[in-house]
Amino acid sequence: MRLTVNGVEREVLSPPLTTLLDALREELFVTSPKAGCQQGGCGACTVLVDGEPRRSCLTPVAAVDGAAIATVEGLGDGDELSTVQAAFHEHYAAQCGFCTSGFLMATEALVARSEGEVEREEILEALSGHICRCTGYVKIVDAVAAAARGDVNADRASADTGPQGEDAATVIPGSPA
Amino acid sequence: MEGSVDAAEVIVAASPQEAVEAFGDGRDVTVVAGGTIVMPEIRHGRLHPRKALLINRAGLDGIRRDDGRIVIGAGTSLADLEDAVEPLGACARRVADLEIRGQATLGGNLCAPPGDESPRGDLQAALLVLDAQVRSAGEGGERTEPVEDFLASGPAGRLVLDVSVAEPDAAATATVRRPHAHAYTVMRVCAARAGGQTRIAVSGAGPTAVRSRAAEQAAADGAGAAAERVLDDVTLQDDAIASSWYRSQVLPVLVRRALNDLAQGDR
Repeated sequence: MRLTVNGVEREVLSPPLTTLLDALREELFVTSPKAGCQQGGCGACTVLVDGEPRRSCLTPVAAVDGAAIATVEGLGDGDELSTVQAAFHEHYAAQCGFCTSGFLMATEALVARSEGEVEREEILEALSGHICRCTGYVKIVDAVAAAARGDVNADRASADTGPQGEDAATVIPGSPA
Repeated sequence: MEGSVDAAEVIVAASPQEAVEAFGDGRDVTVVAGGTIVMPEIRHGRLHPRKALLINRAGLDGIRRDDGRIVIGAGTSLADLEDAVEPLGACARRVADLEIRGQATLGGNLCAPPGDESPRGDLQAALLVLDAQVRSAGEGGERTEPVEDFLASGPAGRLVLDVSVAEPDAAATATVRRPHAHAYTVMRVCAARAGGQTRIAVSGAGPTAVRSRAAEQAAADGAGAAAERVLDDVTLQDDAIASSWYRSQVLPVLVRRALNDLAQGDR
């Protein structure tokens, strides 16, 4: 079997009923998809399969043989964050971070299929399969709305640098700006 | 890794014919469509398939019209049913979240075994009131039967190919939902009227959805009369979702609401 993971074709030798999640994590060492509930309930394992957000824990790898898989490892460009990542960073939309990969990929799909601004209801619908036990969701929803509007710091760089300008002081206290 | 996925013979069917051939009489075959129910069972070692048949690429999806009926492929995703004929569309829109709905299938929902802790099969009440006919393959070849008969005999040994439904003159549905990180439907009543006949069905009350003929007969005397009779036909279960007492109190209310909506022709 073969998967194109973040643009790179990879051969997969795991047994065909192995979950896509296990194949990614255990065989290909692509570890941004998280093994949370592993029964489809938490959304931490969501990846894009040919552009569609899917629970990798519910997907036998043989069912997606030949597909293009997108994970957080493929977002952004080197140290440059993607718009969605930058929005999550600027809005402080992660605490422990375990759920963040799933939220990011669900949001990437939402932003890709939307044109500009997205209604709050649509954001809640798009994220409803994703559980976060830290944030209370408010900052995540704010981040997704900002990502859909493209409203992120134009000068975004790596997470190490942190966002520049006024937002850095007000939105991300403690950020090493 | 837990469980054993190594031993299974795995067939990825590329056409309906391949799927039917590989399924054979269904003995020792685990069908994997969307995977939303069966994959956790396999992953956590509760199910050890000898032979797994993957049908997501078998061309069993799609919706078409045929001789006045709507024919829905078994592999059609719940996401693709969200705008389907009511009340089927309403049921599909309320299942899980959009990622799961993109993966889960009509055939899987119809063949879902009752869960250990809750009923499954949120589309079944809609199928019952839409006079659904289930076409399946298996021992003795292909057969088409009313969904009520299919649910009664169970999916063992059958590979569902498609389900056809009739477009009703009017349809309505009423639910009790539980708000949650994933909101879910505790119980649902569907009602549909076609050719002067009213059908009423209930999901979420017992192991599979059932049609209530007692309520249907009483419906001529009004929604209240039907509500009083619905418990005659329904076996209520106690589970993690709700007690049987709670179900017995709520179900008549749902029948009344659905029939009142049906009378107003809201849908």
